[in-house]
Amino acid sequence: MAMTSKKNPVDLIFSSITAIASFSVILFIIGILYVLISESSPAIGKFGIAKFLASTDWDPVKESFGALTNIYGTLVTTVLSLVIAIPVAIGIAIFVTEIAPNFLKGPIGVAIELLAAIPSIIYGMWGLFTLSPIMSTYVEPFLKKITAGVPFINILFQGTPMGIDILTASTILSIMIIPFTASISRDAFNLTPAVVKESAYALGATQWEVVKNIVIPYSKLGVFGGVVLSLGRALGETMAVAFVLGNNHRITTSLLDAAATITVTLANEFAEADKDIYLSSLFYLALVLFVLSFITLAIAKFFLLRAERKYSR
Amino acid sequence: MDQLKIEVKKLNFHYAGNIHALKNISLPIHQDSVTALIGPSGCGKTTLLRCFNRMHDLYPKNRYEGEILLDGDNILSNDIDVIGLRSRVGMVFQKPTPFPMSIFDNIAYGLKLKGVTKKSELSEMVERALKHSALWDEVKDKLHASAYELSGGQQQRLVIARALAVKPEVLLFDEPTSALDPISTAKIEELAMSLKEEVTIIIVTHNMQQAARMSDWTGFLMLGELIEFGRTDKIFTAPSEKLTEEYITGRFG
Amino acid sequence: MTREQKRKTEGFIALLLSTLAAFVGLFWLVFILGDVLVHGISALKPGLFLNDPTPPGIVGGGLRNAFVGQLLITIAATLIGVPVGVLGGTFLAEYARGRNIARLISVLSDIMVSVPSIVIGTFIYAILVKPMGHFSGWAGAVALAIIMIPVVLRTTEDMLTLVPWTLREAAFALGAPYYKVIIQVVYRGAATGILTGILLSIARVAGETAPLLFTSFNNSFFSMDMQRPVASLTVTIFQYAMGPYDDWHAQAWAAAFVITLFILLLTIAGRLIIKWRYK
Repeated sequence: MAMTSKKNPVDLIFSSITAIASFSVILFIIGILYVLISESSPAIGKFGIAKFLASTDWDPVKESFGALTNIYGTLVTTVLSLVIAIPVAIGIAIFVTEIAPNFLKGPIGVAIELLAAIPSIIYGMWGLFTLSPIMSTYVEPFLKKITAGVPFINILFQGTPMGIDILTASTILSIMIIPFTASISRDAFNLTPAVVKESAYALGATQWEVVKNIVIPYSKLGVFGGVVLSLGRALGETMAVAFVLGNNHRITTSLLDAAATITVTLANEFAEADKDIYLSSLFYLALVLFVLSFITLAIAKFFLLRAERKYSR
Repeated sequence: MDQLKIEVKKLNFHYAGNIHALKNISLPIHQDSVTALIGPSGCGKTTLLRCFNRMHDLYPKNRYEGEILLDGDNILSNDIDVIGLRSRVGMVFQKPTPFPMSIFDNIAYGLKLKGVTKKSELSEMVERALKHSALWDEVKDKLHASAYELSGGQQQRLVIARALAVKPEVLLFDEPTSALDPISTAKIEELAMSLKEEVTIIIVTHNMQQAARMSDWTGFLMLGELIEFGRTDKIFTAPSEKLTEEYITGRFG
Repeated sequence: MTREQKRKTEGFIALLLSTLAAFVGLFWLVFILGDVLVHGISALKPGLFLNDPTPPGIVGGGLRNAFVGQLLITIAATLIGVPVGVLGGTFLAEYARGRNIARLISVLSDIMVSVPSIVIGTFIYAILVKPMGHFSGWAGAVALAIIMIPVVLRTTEDMLTLVPWTLREAAFALGAPYYKVIIQVVYRGAATGILTGILLSIARVAGETAPLLFTSFNNSFFSMDMQRPVASLTVTIFQYAMGPYDDWHAQAWAAAFVITLFILLLTIAGRLIIKWRYK
């Protein structure tokens, strides 16, 4: 289908320019990988791969660095935020596609897009000034109280509720993720053909049965892809979390403790790293994050492509 | 004795508040027979069909006036349990609409909704429905394969089996073969005609030859009005209305 | 309870929970925007836009340098990112349509859209800031451009693909070479869509902070020298909000209000344009 007029020199020039422009994407990915690897090579040389990933050290003075505390914080905040966000997001998607009267569908859709457009620093700042005090004054003491006697669960709520901790950070992150996941789920739900839904109604199904048995299974590839995509986004979030996480390098079981994620560590320490090995270790962290999120996003894209292919039959 | 399964009395239907799609329709549907609804595009035949199982309820601002009596009870009244109505009056759509499940689960779906949970009961009823719709031999070894693996014609027979599994009294067909090849079409027509002993069938079709082949009674609609209704052989050989004759002979539509 | 009633009750509860979820979602929007509005407006005064920052602890400073800096960096990023993105999308939708390379670049672009922006900041630090020996506005602009390019590329590709092929055939039939067909016919047909994509990509980068943290860094003085550190609203908000002074906090809220307003207006404008054009 593509036509390059071999006789027309301007076409040759234009097609080359556009080709180069599009190849910039490949260039960036390769460039980022190359640069990150080369900048982290001192640290890779000193700490190796397995040792770096498994080490909980983070000591600028003793020049000993390990990624585990950061990876732990990244994973815990991300997973916790998804656990909170996914049910709410799917509920919103169900509401918009099935329950809302037609005149509401547009405005609520716009509201979701607006929430998704708010920059993460706003979420972060709001988290610091508004949510964090609420968490430390009301929510966290309450959670501590009701789980006090419950074995295993009360481990999650040890320590002084300061509002600058994993729980607050995960909450902010989940609020950020909800509109994104809801929007993708809504689009996935809307792909279910009306005739298939009508067939279920024609058998005497209730509205909820149609959603549960037909719409959700039909859209599960798209919804799953959306969830993994949200995971990928959450992994890389910096500013929403930076204000309220605390940047404390440790592995802790309590949600009321401060912790560290790769992104927050980079944000707080990158500009101040005074020694070469310090900076190199930070680049190493960035490399780990890049690889991790790239793989996650690729998996998400895989599912979303499968979903697209299935429905354009 | 030929009973009336359904009686439509002075039915008026408005889409989305004010589009007057069906105007003062009255017609009888005879028990255990095939009734065909024919007419040019946009005449209201599908709209009328979808009144029988109140499909229009799914979309806002649709309004029924008049009565549709099923065994004497007006199904358009507000007291009617629409969910229950739809298990008595089933529907097959124009495009095959298998659910995203296995063949077995597709057929079993309506049964599970009604509360049948025992595996042995389900298996028996699924087998019976598939035999009824002449699909059993082709799928009996792959009941747990995805329904999407079947061909178009097989999927449509699957959908019919699914509708039959809940033992409806009336089965509505909305142009069921317009998306199928001639061989599958012939199979579906044969199937529908064989079912009429137990189920009252109403079929909408834009294919006049199909209507003439399959049905006992025929109603001709145009622009939302019922122009003529009567025995199929009479409608097609000696229609009373000029418009009917013009449509039958291909003068328009 | 009969089986019918049980099914109806279960359905009712499930749908009720979904409705609650929607209201929870709406609640956060109203709460957050409301907070930004209330705190931001009360700190808005002309001084915010006309004055530069005062030394820490001394009240009365403004954010003129940050507003100007943010504008400079965003405009520079747009000037770099948009042409590359549009041309790149053109390649995928036109010259390379249907070919495997186009599909690959399209998928990679989608992935790049969601890659952590702070990693891009570290990348630019390594290739621009370190060699130059200092932070610079250009480094920040390039970092933002790298974020913009995949976004613009994908929307351009999508919008161009929406233009029906028959339109191109008609132009070819008149004897036009492909590049003329693209520029004179296809671009015109997809113009509103591409423009909206550009607007939305600007909205996206205008609020970014992480990529600027170690590229353009920050500057407490007024400077329009893009070869040196340049102040930005977003980084200033980060600095001020984390700082100890109430005055700083107030300014941070005001800056947050202005940025949010700007981005929301851009987003709404983008959606309205799409709605009006593609109705």
